[in-house]
Amino acid sequence: MKYIDEYYDKKVCRTLTEKIERKSKGREIVLMEVCGTHTMSIFRNGIKDLLPENIRVISGPGCPVCVTPNSSIDQAIALSRLDGVCITTFGDMMKVPGSSTSLIKERGRQADVRIVYSPTDAVKIAEQNPDKMVIFLGIGFETTAPIVAASLIDAFNKGLENYFILPSNKLIPPAIKSLLESGETKIDGFLLPGHVSVIIGIKPYQFISEDYNVSGAIAGFEPVDIMYAIHRLVEMIVSDSPAIENCYKRTVKSEGNRIAKKLMEEVFEICSSEWRGLGIMPESGLGIKDKYKRFDAIKNIQVDVEETKEHTGCLCGDVLRGVITPLDCLLFGSVCKPENPVGPCMVSTEGTCAAYYRYADYRR
Amino acid sequence: MCLAIPAKLVEKKGIQGLAEIGGVKREVDLRMLEDIKVGDYIIIHAGFAIQKLDTEEAEETLEMLREIAKY
Repeated sequence: MKYIDEYYDKKVCRTLTEKIERKSKGREIVLMEVCGTHTMSIFRNGIKDLLPENIRVISGPGCPVCVTPNSSIDQAIALSRLDGVCITTFGDMMKVPGSSTSLIKERGRQADVRIVYSPTDAVKIAEQNPDKMVIFLGIGFETTAPIVAASLIDAFNKGLENYFILPSNKLIPPAIKSLLESGETKIDGFLLPGHVSVIIGIKPYQFISEDYNVSGAIAGFEPVDIMYAIHRLVEMIVSDSPAIENCYKRTVKSEGNRIAKKLMEEVFEICSSEWRGLGIMPESGLGIKDKYKRFDAIKNIQVDVEETKEHTGCLCGDVLRGVITPLDCLLFGSVCKPENPVGPCMVSTEGTCAAYYRYADYRR
Repeated sequence: MCLAIPAKLVEKKGIQGLAEIGGVKREVDLRMLEDIKVGDYIIIHAGFAIQKLDTEEAEETLEMLREIAKY
């Protein structure tokens, strides 16, 4: 397919491998990707095997489903049990275990839970089912947030009174800042998420190089895109000239997408948010502005939520901070498997544990 | 979840469009883009075009990568 196939060129990848090896001169370099789609592409395309031993790529908190804390999942599950409620969600959320159950199990117990491709589909369901309260689970980063915002604006303009969202959208730059601030994991460079960057542009990442002397490269998702971004990161790291570079120029503009940002500003305001593994971080989430507050499921639908419990032995939080790999978790591959996942990183198709399990990367 | 794919815009009516990828057509919301026309390549996420693909940049990048591969 055009603008995809070209970026799978083996010869280019091989040359980039050689260049990375030559330039890094055996220096130990740790790069972190902060995007579930990058995680999957890196594993699926065998990128780790293309890199020399001294270059390590670890996963960070880039999978929206994985960073959603149990408390939010419990809230969605509690809502799904109410009469007259229809939960609409991206498919990834279905199997994520909350404290005691999951949405897919609740659907088996007659809850009305539907997978949608877009929140605008959820708006259509609300229009077609005026007797139901239709709630969309607003999970996702800056790529998804403007689309959720657009659905609320549509619902507002149509005068819908039965469409709601459970606001859980989160912001990537504060998560990166938190990782750098804690210093818990040594990170020499970030592979920055291409499609989050389509919306926000380059500026929100500048603090990474300016305040922390760490480099970042905005990367696309095909193997050549990723190898090229790693190559540029290695060059910046070895020459000790930290910067943020856009290596995905065919899609990412420096200023981002102005209209998308306006949609977000119209509907959302920045608020603190709880992240699995990172805790409650100030200014890392999106809440709903007053004008649209009647669409906020939390504020408008009364529900008792069970007491949140964490899964014993689950180390998803540490995996999300890049402190450990899934191989360091005792549950990985034994009791925690894709068919019976304990933690979200094994559930989501973009989760680090799922990627390790599926692609059997048992290299430490 | 931030998966987004390039597709060709084949029809446009106001902010609604039809995009084609690999022979499959599907509806796409175009409200986030300015100056978009049939024949353009767009990046689609969750039913919305979130950016127009810059074909000149794409060609330049490919050219640069091919140069790299020569060494």
